[in-house]
This record gives sequence, C-alpha cells and structure tokens, in this order.
Amino acid sequence: MSVLSTPRSAVRLASKGTPLREHVFRIALLSSLVIALGFLLMLLIYVLEEGWPRIDATLWENMPSIRRPETAGIQSGIIGTLWIIGLTALMALPTGVLAAIYLEEYADRTKWYNRVIELNISNLAAVPSIVYGILGLGIIARWLDFGFTVMTGAITISLLVLPIVIISAREAIRAVPPSIREGSLALGATQWQTIYRQVLPSAVPGIATGSILALSRAIGEAAPFLMLGAATLVRFNPEGVWSSFTVLPLQIYSFISQSREEFHILASAAIVVLLAILLLMNSVAIWLRNRYQKRW
Amino acid sequence: MAAQDQATAPGTSRSLARSRPRYGESVIKVVLMAAAMISVATTIGIVAALLEPTIEFFSEISFGEFFGSTTWGPLFNPAHFGVWPIIVATLEITLIAVVVAVPLGLAAAIYLSEYATPRVRKIFKPVLEVLAGVPTVVFGFFALAFVTPLLRDWFPFLDLEAKNALAAGLLVGVMIVPIVASLSEDSMAAVPNGLREGSYALGASKMLTSVRVVVPAAFSGIVAAVILAISRAIGETMIVAIAGGFKAVFTFNPTNEMSTMAAFIAQAGSGDASVGSIAYKTIFAVGSLLFIMTFVMNWFSARLVQKYREVYD
Repeated sequence: MSVLSTPRSAVRLASKGTPLREHVFRIALLSSLVIALGFLLMLLIYVLEEGWPRIDATLWENMPSIRRPETAGIQSGIIGTLWIIGLTALMALPTGVLAAIYLEEYADRTKWYNRVIELNISNLAAVPSIVYGILGLGIIARWLDFGFTVMTGAITISLLVLPIVIISAREAIRAVPPSIREGSLALGATQWQTIYRQVLPSAVPGIATGSILALSRAIGEAAPFLMLGAATLVRFNPEGVWSSFTVLPLQIYSFISQSREEFHILASAAIVVLLAILLLMNSVAIWLRNRYQKRW
Repeated sequence: MAAQDQATAPGTSRSLARSRPRYGESVIKVVLMAAAMISVATTIGIVAALLEPTIEFFSEISFGEFFGSTTWGPLFNPAHFGVWPIIVATLEITLIAVVVAVPLGLAAAIYLSEYATPRVRKIFKPVLEVLAGVPTVVFGFFALAFVTPLLRDWFPFLDLEAKNALAAGLLVGVMIVPIVASLSEDSMAAVPNGLREGSYALGASKMLTSVRVVVPAAFSGIVAAVILAISRAIGETMIVAIAGGFKAVFTFNPTNEMSTMAAFIAQAGSGDASVGSIAYKTIFAVGSLLFIMTFVMNWFSARLVQKYREVYD
C-alpha cells in the first residue's frame, strides 16, 4: 500500500456518471407528470370510444328526450351555451379589463381600499362555483326577480369568471414595460391617452388569451346552473334573454343521471362535443400567446 | 375658434402648464374604479344571499342540533339536521384528493421547474392547462362510468358501491393536480438561481438541490398552492354529485356512497324545495358553512403568496 493513496472523498468527487438514485428520482418525477396526463388521455379515449356511435347529425339536429335516447340530441344545450357565453363575453370581458386597468394603472396600493379590492378578487377567484349558484338563486333570480332565465345565468357566470378575467388582464398589462408609459407621458399624452393608445394595444394578446381561457371555464361550468333551475330536460331553444334555458354541461349531467345505457352513450357523445369546443378554444389561446408573445 | 387662432398664431407664448382641468380623465378613473368595485359588490351579494336565510334557519334549528347530532336528512320526513355526515364526507373526499394530488402535482412541478428542457416544458405546460380546463361534469362521468367499474374489477374485496367516495376523491385529486403543479412551479421558478448555484458549488447533486434547496425556498408558495387546491376540492360539486352520490350516512368508509356539502346543495337546489321552507333554508345554511370554510383557506393562501412575493422581489 502506498502512502499517497487517494482519499475516498476525492474518489467520490471524481467518480463519473450520476448515481442511481438521481436517475430514479428523475424518472419518478417524470412518471408523476405522465400519470396525471395519462388520466387525461384515458378520459379522451374512453369518451370517444363510448360516444362514437352517436356522434352524428342527429346529435345536433334533435332536442334532448327522456324517452328516446337513441335519437335524442343536444341542440338546446348547445344553443343555450352559446347564449350564455355570448352574454358573458359582453358583460364580463369589458368589466374585467376596466377593473384590471384601474388596479394596474390608477390604484394607489398604499390605500387600504385598493388592497381590499385586490385581496377580495383573489378570494373570489377561489370561491366554489356552487356558491355563485346560491348568489344567482338568492339575489339575481329571487331578489332582483329575474327568474330562471338566460339573463340570470349569464349574470351569475359573468360574476364567476370576472376575477379570472381581471387577474389575467392585470398580468398582461403588468407585462408592458414602464418605459412605454414614460415615453408616452413625456410626449405630453394624458394618462388615459397613454393607456388607450400605448398600453392596451401592447397588452391585447395577453388579455385575449386570458379572456378565452376564462370563457372556456364558463363553458364547462355546470354547478351554478343546477341552482338556477336549468336542470330539467329543456326541449326548446331560448328565444331571448328572458327565456328559460339549459346548457351543454347540465344536459350532460341530466343524461348521466339516467340509468339506461343509451344515455351514457349519449352523454359521452355530448362530452366529445364539449371537449372539442374547449380544446379548440384552448388551442387558439395557446397559439395567440406563442404568436404574439413580446420580449421587451 | 378664438382659442385655435391663438394657438396657431406665431409669437404668442403658451404656458406649458395645464391650461384647463381635464374632467374626462377623472370621469374615466371613476368608471374604472366602479368596474373594480363590482368584485366587492359580488362578495357583498354572496354574503347577503347567504345571511338572511341562514339566520332564519338557525332560528328554527338550534346550533346544538346542527353541530351536535350525526343524522342528516333535511329533505326527508321526519327531517334531521345533524351536519356531521356531510362534513365528514367532504373532508374525506378532500383527503383522498390531496393524497393523490400533492405528490403528483409537486413532482410534476419539480420536474417542470428543475429538470425539463424549455422544449419539454413547452409541450407539457399547455397539456396541463388542458387538464385544468376539463369540465368537472366530465371528470364525474369518467369516475362513475370508467374508474368505479375498473376499481371493482381490480379490487373486488373492497366491495365498492356503484357511487362511492373513493372514485370521486381520486378524480377530484386529478382535477386539482394542475393547480398544485402550476402554482408550485411558479414559486419554484421565483427561487433565485444563486441559491441553486451555491448548492451545486458545494457539491450537491441535482436531486439534493431540488429537494433540499429549491423546495424549502419555495415552501410558502407550495403551501399556498396546496391550500388553494384543498379549497377547490372542498367546494367541488359535479364530480362528487355524480360519482359520490347523495346518500348522507355517518361513515368513514370511502367505499360507501357519500354526500358532501356541495353535493347536498346541488341536490336540494336542483330539486323543488319551495321558497321559505326549512329545506330551502338548509341550502343556505350549508352554503354559509362551505363559504366560510373556503373563504378562510383562500384568505390564508393569498396572504402566504403575498408574503413569499415580498421575499424575492
């Protein structure tokens, strides 16, 4: 044995390659991600396979029916969802963007009421959707006496997605660098001119992405509508904002509640339609984000 | 016209100071603030909607009966108002969901933040977003029609009921994975690189750096994410209504059908409880309880997020 043997620690420092546990750890992490996403894949395959025989023209052409699940459709659900989403976009998006502008550009964060507004919005974003259903039932349907109409549903859902719109719009506005504002103000523009002509145009892609994601949340909501009397099988399309209605997710829920096998096939087909709409919206949002993402 | 002439005329000096107050700017500010106030009005509306029927409820049913007995059946005759069965069911399903979601979500977050190359991240993050966007009614259907039969095949000794808390809890867990993952990843991404480099310089491996440096540094953000996910799980309605059922039995056994608080609200709210009846008021009493539980958790989570932001900004 030579006196100048290399110490063990030095050998370990010099050792080549990574130890086994590093690989195991990495693989464990990756597989967690894959398991979570595997659920999504299984779900997609399952509903496609189950619903395939019913994905045809009758699904769109016919109204839902309790007696004939073989030929029942989902037209009133799709039209109802379009009404709700259209009105929600009209109400929630402008309000949300205006509120976001206030919070980012005007609000003085040292003032207590502005901090209350901020904390309140992040709280509201996490209030269970069924509680918004109670709000719709107690205040909008009964107290304001709007009844169980498209208008009640749209207002309820607008309030539900409003915090999401505000939060994402704020992020988009915050991403516009202050130098843009300072440049505009230095050239003599007023604060609103600066916001309207410089800040907003730069923030539009981000706002649009957030808005689409918020609306896709609204499309998938079912719980609040349960409270608003939209649960029964509605066999007609809404004729206006004061008409009663149903939405696609709730239609699916009422199909699932039936015990006959044909209804489960019908529910799967309707889910495929719903997921297709949502995937389309998600892809547009992601495309928008990648296409217009600016690096300042 | 006169003002214009004056402005174009050469030699007339105009003060650079603002010549007239701009009322439009103030009007705009008021309009914007009004839009922001709608969110406050929403909270007030929720509280107002809940408060009156809840007070009326407790004038008829004592606190002692509500919190002191264990039989729940406000829609039956005779009606019982012991709230514990639905609280237990809610907490149990939430627990199952957390056991599923926290390890999966946290591991996914560590992978995305510390291991994934930008290209891999660019693929996985949108897919996680899609998972987050799947409507809960779809998860509920999947739990009822696919997961429960599968569990019955694999574990026949469990003796699962057709609707059960286990499958519902599993899918609630899958639903909240993206919340845990994306919020935790955000807080891990906010950990300054200097900490990682310091750890590598001391000879720590990637795994040690992730587990002993990045995760502790991002801990408050991770806790905030988990709390938010728990509050989502507590309030989840459609999955538990479809796959968990409406039978309120005081039991801890997750293979049984169970009704959570949110499921009860959905069941009673979609039924035809007449306005003013005690069954109708029960919806609001349970709603208040649910609102308070989630509100406290959200508030706690928001405070934590604020705190950790202050550390590294």
